[in-house]
Amino acid sequence: MKKTGAQILCECLVREGVEVIFGILGGAVLPIYDTFPQYPQLRHILVRHEQGAAHAADGYARATQKAGVCIATSGPGATNLVTGIACAYMDSVPMVAITGQVPRPFIGKDAFQETDITGITLPITKHNYLVTDVNDLAKVIKEAFYIAQTGRPGPVLVDIPRDVQQETTEFIYPEKVELPGYKIISRGHPAQIKKAAKLINEAERPVIIAGRGVVISQAYNELKELAEKAQIPVVHTLLGLGSFPGNHILDLGMMGMHGTGCANKAVQNADLIIAIGMRFDDRATGNTKYFAPSARIIHIDIDPAEIGKNVPAEVPVVGDAKSVLSAINNEIGKREHVQWLSQLEEWKREYPAQEIRESDELLPQYVVRQIYEVTQGDCIVVTGVGQNQMWAARYFTYIKPNSFISAGGLGPMGFELPAAIGVKIGRPDETVWCIAGDGGFQMTIQELATVTQENVAVKIAVMNNGYLGMVRQWQELFYGRRYVDTKLWNPDFVKIAEAYNIPGIRVQRREQVVSAIEKAMQHRGAFLIDFLIEPEENIYPMVPPGESIGTFIERRERELAKK
Amino acid sequence: MALVEDKPGVLNRVASLFRRRGFNIESLAVGSSEIPGFSRMTIVVGGSSAEVEQVRKQLDKLVNVVKVSDITEEEIVTRELALIKVKATSSTRSEIIQIVDIFRANIIDVAPSSLIVEVTGDEDKVNSLLRLLRNFGIKEVARTGRIALTRGASLEERGSG
Repeated sequence: MKKTGAQILCECLVREGVEVIFGILGGAVLPIYDTFPQYPQLRHILVRHEQGAAHAADGYARATQKAGVCIATSGPGATNLVTGIACAYMDSVPMVAITGQVPRPFIGKDAFQETDITGITLPITKHNYLVTDVNDLAKVIKEAFYIAQTGRPGPVLVDIPRDVQQETTEFIYPEKVELPGYKIISRGHPAQIKKAAKLINEAERPVIIAGRGVVISQAYNELKELAEKAQIPVVHTLLGLGSFPGNHILDLGMMGMHGTGCANKAVQNADLIIAIGMRFDDRATGNTKYFAPSARIIHIDIDPAEIGKNVPAEVPVVGDAKSVLSAINNEIGKREHVQWLSQLEEWKREYPAQEIRESDELLPQYVVRQIYEVTQGDCIVVTGVGQNQMWAARYFTYIKPNSFISAGGLGPMGFELPAAIGVKIGRPDETVWCIAGDGGFQMTIQELATVTQENVAVKIAVMNNGYLGMVRQWQELFYGRRYVDTKLWNPDFVKIAEAYNIPGIRVQRREQVVSAIEKAMQHRGAFLIDFLIEPEENIYPMVPPGESIGTFIERRERELAKK
Repeated sequence: MALVEDKPGVLNRVASLFRRRGFNIESLAVGSSEIPGFSRMTIVVGGSSAEVEQVRKQLDKLVNVVKVSDITEEEIVTRELALIKVKATSSTRSEIIQIVDIFRANIIDVAPSSLIVEVTGDEDKVNSLLRLLRNFGIKEVARTGRIALTRGASLEERGSG
C-alpha cells in the first residue's frame, strides 16, 4: 500500500524506536503533524520555541543514550533550532532534527519562510539531507539515525519539503545502510594498545583524564578497572563528570579553568596522561604550550581527527573507549604509585576542592552542596553555562554514571530548562534538578509552559545573583571591576512560576535552604526555588585565560588582594 | 587526493570544511573518476605535515568522502591546463607562435588582435609560459588547478592511506 511522505517518516521513526519527539509546528510541517494521530506510539512534546525543542531532544538523548528527535517548520522554525543543533554537535550528542521546507518548486525563490537550512547547518551537523524525492525518504531517515548514533555521535538534520511530505509511494524500509564514505573504527589497533599498556606499566606519575567519551561508550566499569588495577588517579573534563564515581579515593575532580587545584596540579606534574574520550578543549587544558610539560600522552578517541588536533599524542589509540580500555586492562599489571598518590593527597589537603567559606550570605556553593546532601546524590543535575554550571560541577559529588548533564562545548545560556525537560521525559524515574542562573533561565523561560502542559516534574533551582555572573566575574578580575551591562533587573521568579501554575518559594537565608529543597522534593510535580545568592560570589580556583592550568587564582589570594 | 560521492552539495561540503577550519586551498580540481557515481578531487593545500594530516582527517569525516590520500610524498604525475588570451599584432604573432611551439602548447583561436593559447603541463611549465607571454600583454587567463595521479599501481591496490 502506498504511503505519504509524512506517513513514511512516522513509520521510520517507529522502526527506529523513537518514543518522543520535541517540536513546534508551522506551515511546512503540517502534513507531518496531521499524521501524528495515526501513530499514537510517538509522543509529541509541544515546546514554546524551537531552541527548546533542540535542547530538550539533546537532554533526552544524553539521558537515554539514544537519538533525540526534534522537529520544526521551515524558515524561522529551522533557524531557531540552530543553537541547539550546534550544542549537540559540540558535545557529540546523537540527534535527528527534522525540518519542513517550502515545496520543491519554491526552493531557491526566496519563498515565504524559506531558508537554506542544510546550508546553514553544514558546519554544525555530522551530516544533513535535503530530501527532494519521496522515494529517498525512508533510506535517508535510516541513514540519519545510523549516522547520528554510531561512531562519534552527533546531530543529523533532514530537511523535507512540504510537497514531499504529501507525495505518496510504496514504503520500503531498507534493511541496512550503505555509506561507502562512512567509517567507524571501534576496536583499537593491537600494536597501539600494547604501546599504551607499556607506557602505563612504566609510568611513575600517571593521570587519567576522563571525558564524555567514557559516558557515551558506557565504559564506566572498564575505566574503574584501569584506575584501580594500576592505581591511577582520575581527573575529569566538565562533561566527564559522572564517568567515574566522584567519591572514589582515586578521584581528583574536574580539571581546567575552574578545576580543582589538585586535579590541575596532578595533570601538570604527571609523567603520563591517559586521555580517554576527550578532545583537549581549551577550557580543560589552559594554554596548551604549557600543558603537562613532563607528560607522555596516550590519547584514546573514536574520532581520528581529534588525535593531534590540539595536543600531540605519543600513543594515539583510535577506537571506542569501552573496547580499547578493556583491551588495555588485559595488558597491564597491578601497580601501586604510593609516592605519587601521597603527593596527591597532600595537594588535596592544600587545595580543598569543596570548601565553602564562612559567610552570613547565602552562598551558591552551599545551595548546590545541600541539593547533594538532601538527594544523597541520587538525582540528575542539569545546568546551562556560567557560574551556576561551575558551582554545580564542583560542589555536587557525581557518583552515579551519567548524572551530570550540561552544555559544555558550545555553552549556550538557556540550555538548562529545556534540556532538563528532555532528561526528565527520558528518565521519568529519576529526580531531575535543573540548576539555572538568573540570566540563562530567562533565555528559555517560556518552556515553563511546556513543563506544565506536559506535566514534567523538574525541580528548578535558580541561582539568582542579579548579574550575568560569569561575565561579571571576568569584569571583576580582568576588566577592573567595570560591570558594564551585566547587572540584571529581574522579574519575581516565584510569581512567574505561579503564573505557569508551578509552585515555588524564595530563599534568602542559609537556614531556609534545606527545608526548601526538601519541600521541592516532596512536591510531586515541578517546583521552583529562587535562591537569592550573594551577588558577587565568584567561582574559584580560576585559571586566567591564556595561562597554564598550573597557575590558578585561588580565593584566599583574591581575598588578600582585595584587602 | 579524495574520492568522493558524486552527489549534489559535495563540493560545497568540502569547500565549507576548508573555510570553517581555516585551511588554505591553493587549488581544487574536481571531475569524474573511473568509478561511476564517484568523483576525484585533487586539492592542493599549503601547511606543515601536521596541518595537512588534520585536513586529511577532517575531510575523511565527511560522510560523502570515501577516501582521502596525502600524496605529497608519493611518486605522482601532476598536470594543469591553462587557457591564455594574449595580445597579438601582425608583428608579434610569429614570435608568439615560436614560443608556443617550444612549450608544445597549442593555439586554439586566432582573432585580429589576440590569440588563445592552450597549455598543459605541471605548474612550473604553465608559469614559465605565462612569464614569457606577459611581454606581449595578457588579456585573460583561465587555469584548471592541478590534477594528479600516482604512478604505477593505484593507491587502492597498494592499500596506502
